[in-house]
Amino acid sequence: MDIAKLRRMADQIGNNYAAIGHDNAVLATADHIRKFWDPRMKAAIFADDRAALGDIAGRAIDVLASGITPTPQSGGTDFNSVNEVGHNDAG
Amino acid sequence: MGYERQKDFGTPEAKSAEQVTLTIDGREVTVPAGTSVMRAAAEIGGDIPKLCATDNVKAYGSCRLCLVEIEGARGTPASCTTPVAPGMKVKTQTERLAKLRKGVMELYISDHPLDCLTCSANNDCELQDQAANVGLRDVRYGYAGDNHLGLETDVSNPYFDFDASKCIVCSRCVRACAEVQGTFALTIDGRGFASMVSAGQEVDDFLSSECVSCGACVQACPTATLQEKSVKAIGKPERAVVTTCAYCGVGCTFRAEMRGEQVVRMVPWKDGKANHGHSCVKGRFAWGYANHADRITKPMIRESIDQPWREVSWEEAIGFTATRIKAIKAEHGARALGGITSSRCTNEDVFLVQKLIRAGFGANNVDTCARVCHSPTGFGLSTTFGTSAGTQDFDSVEDSDVILVIGANPTDGHPVFASRMKKRLRAGAKLIVIDPRRIDLVRSPHIEAAHHLPLQPGTNVAVLTSMAHVIVTEGLADEAFVKERCDWDEFQDWARFVSDERHSPEFLESVTRVPAKELRAAARLFATGGNGAIYYGLGVTEHSQGSSTVMAIANLAMATGNIGRRGVGVNPLRGQNNVQGACDMGSFPHELSGYRHISDGATRKLFEDDWGVTLDAEPGLRIPNMLDAAVDGSFKAIYIQGEDILQSDPDTRHVSAGLAAMDLVIVHDLFLNETAHYAHVFLPGSTFLEKSGTFTNAERRIQPVRRVMDPANGYEDWEVTQLLANAIGCDWNYTHASEILDEIARLTPTFAGVSWDRVDSGEPLQWPVNEKAPKGSPIMHVEGFVRGKGKFVVTEYIPTDERTGPRFPLLLTTGRILSQYNVGAQTRRTANVVWHEEDLLEMHPTDAENRGLKDGDWTKLASRAGETTLRLQVTDRVAPGVVYTTFHHPLTQANVITTDNSDWATNCPEYKVTAVQVTASNGPSEWQEEYEALSTRARRIEGAAEMEPAE
Repeated sequence: MDIAKLRRMADQIGNNYAAIGHDNAVLATADHIRKFWDPRMKAAIFADDRAALGDIAGRAIDVLASGITPTPQSGGTDFNSVNEVGHNDAG
Repeated sequence: MGYERQKDFGTPEAKSAEQVTLTIDGREVTVPAGTSVMRAAAEIGGDIPKLCATDNVKAYGSCRLCLVEIEGARGTPASCTTPVAPGMKVKTQTERLAKLRKGVMELYISDHPLDCLTCSANNDCELQDQAANVGLRDVRYGYAGDNHLGLETDVSNPYFDFDASKCIVCSRCVRACAEVQGTFALTIDGRGFASMVSAGQEVDDFLSSECVSCGACVQACPTATLQEKSVKAIGKPERAVVTTCAYCGVGCTFRAEMRGEQVVRMVPWKDGKANHGHSCVKGRFAWGYANHADRITKPMIRESIDQPWREVSWEEAIGFTATRIKAIKAEHGARALGGITSSRCTNEDVFLVQKLIRAGFGANNVDTCARVCHSPTGFGLSTTFGTSAGTQDFDSVEDSDVILVIGANPTDGHPVFASRMKKRLRAGAKLIVIDPRRIDLVRSPHIEAAHHLPLQPGTNVAVLTSMAHVIVTEGLADEAFVKERCDWDEFQDWARFVSDERHSPEFLESVTRVPAKELRAAARLFATGGNGAIYYGLGVTEHSQGSSTVMAIANLAMATGNIGRRGVGVNPLRGQNNVQGACDMGSFPHELSGYRHISDGATRKLFEDDWGVTLDAEPGLRIPNMLDAAVDGSFKAIYIQGEDILQSDPDTRHVSAGLAAMDLVIVHDLFLNETAHYAHVFLPGSTFLEKSGTFTNAERRIQPVRRVMDPANGYEDWEVTQLLANAIGCDWNYTHASEILDEIARLTPTFAGVSWDRVDSGEPLQWPVNEKAPKGSPIMHVEGFVRGKGKFVVTEYIPTDERTGPRFPLLLTTGRILSQYNVGAQTRRTANVVWHEEDLLEMHPTDAENRGLKDGDWTKLASRAGETTLRLQVTDRVAPGVVYTTFHHPLTQANVITTDNSDWATNCPEYKVTAVQVTASNGPSEWQEEYEALSTRARRIEGAAEMEPAE
């Protein structure tokens, strides 16, 4: 995968969550990547140099790489349970 | 049903809670107050003769054929203009009336050709019917006097003729153009005997006039004066089938009027809940692509893309494809396979394609074209409201007082809804337009926006946040609503954020280029003007902050209390007919139908048990990621149904590289589209006229698609998908689309109460349709938000990376035009090309003069992604520094210019902001020349005569 593009995507997510506060933004970015990125994209960003990422995105990758499953920080990543109606058609 | 015209009640339905009882010809009838006597009579099966009255337009009272006698009233009033009254006693058939009506009819017929037997409207003509109705046997005046019988026919419109010799000047066409369509292209020219229907000015014909060819006038005409050329060519229909249009997300319903398996015409259905009997030039007339010579009806394969195509049997094509899929899976694993569902196909088609990919291929690499249009709507509205769909039905606009249109061009993209909106605006609602371009709604006949904010492309979030700044700092927020319905703490955080001086209109004016005074006035109007409704389109979503803009819109609606009732709401105008449905059906790589994440074990188990497979728990690749992975070598095969990503997706060079890198590209389509240049398998598709199923429109309305003819390719689209699935080892046995709908309902909570029988019955069904809402949900969030409390989200404006500079000093933004649809694959194969033969580049006169360019010049349009050439249109519709074009023609290659920037949350491409330079040009770019050669090469078919490029 084009690592420059993945870095840019991760930083875009981090920067747009920055307004909810640093720690929440880290968790939100981690949750976002977990929910929407394909395994090969995750593997590529996990293997990449964290220094190439902004602070929020870099820490988010650390969170995910350590095996933590962050809870949703945004309704956009909070999906319906099996019998639920509503929520998300984000892409 | 057999062929008969839809019942015409003569005047529009009255909307009143008060009921009035009267007696007509001895029969008692109770109707809403305000109903005309004519309509009341029609309600109980009466048939008062009429010519100038039709129930799509207001009563006019000119033909004097509908006269009645009313006890206690003087004379013989016209029943169309006389409202009912309690206790009224009406007689519609008396000797006196018969004499009067016959006299009126004699006058009409004295200036009308008596060529009924050879007339194209024979036996389908209201004038003929009414002549019979009044018992006309003779015309005492003769036919020798001055008359209009020698007038020429205007044949300029490609779809209908105007034969002035048959016109009775009833004015129904003029009124339909004004009241229903809102274009005001027609008028009655002259006075007295010289009165004539006229399109535009004296020098105009229908084609050169402002007529938008919506067909309202043709539908309204009671004679053969305005008639479809197709009726003249084919003859009177023999049966009619109600079905749903396959163009935009409005979801108009039409009567497909047929002779055998041939469509004679598509006539908007008056009972259609989305269109109420109106249509646009696409749905009404542009269906000829279904039988276009370019249509491919036999499967084709080739070993490699440099070879010509080889026509083969279905068995061979499916066998070839299955063998390749199995080999790729064995060598590279399931995650090397994927596919794209189509928003132009039915829910049932879409559901099966995603099932094929998840359950058959074994991967979640499925995506849909909503990726490149409304995916930010899903993320943004789900975050703030708890569900991603538009909040209103279309009828809601009738109760709006202030309409805010941002990043949408309804008159071109969603014309039938635009007509409804314009009707409301003419009745007094105020309009705010936020758009870099002066769209038609800003100023058109009888419509003028109270405020047009021509913002710099890419600054939506800044504009909306500064509107919120005005509303909050001037104390205009609806705090009572917010306290009751939203999270108050989050509102306060948001209110503090937007109140900051750096979000004031004055501070941001240098960024947004919107005059602060105008922006303040617009914000005040929206907050204080009554019911405020927001309508938006891809000018909102196709940005690097598309999702943030959607959230900013939701914030604005909540802060002003404009959610949860008629007349208000947040309304995404969906581009394609079944975008909503394609999203609902589990087309996104991370979720199954009903918006349940693929990582949720209980959801997976539901599907695994039903399908008898094990599903991958990880999200799959989105379309742009698929192309990246293909270039990278880890994504090898794709099945694309009904999409043309080479033309529609951004950064064409990258899309080409991705497709070229794959071992197997399967295109399932009507035509050898642009993407098929890189395909190894072509599976012919079926049109919406050739299959059964359902579409879900922008109001979440689930509507039937009915098969009116056999598929020219032999199979409905879902059947082709099933053939492929079974060839790779699935065991599917669907025999009708309704069985797929049953499976959708079984597995999807929002569709729990939906069945083919209910859809087929015409029952209005807007999801969610379940135990809690058995009749569906026209308006959402009425009692409370789906997520509980409405969530205010702080939306920090983050400028796009796409900046102008010395090399690329202009900003390009893109859009579409009324006559064309998406990549034009359908509309370019119809006579609609007369209105748009090529894509043009709009540029402000100042920018053109600075470059020494003039109207009609060939220009080179270049960005950091690529360059193309197209002709210039100099216009002040765009601001200095901004240029605009459409993307309907493949040889223009507008997406060679657009970049790989995308929305932060969803990867929706940033089509709407590209830094460009425009210079004079002598001809096509190198890329265009190479592409044209590629198109010719790629479309060769073995054994066929040298094939002309299809596009």
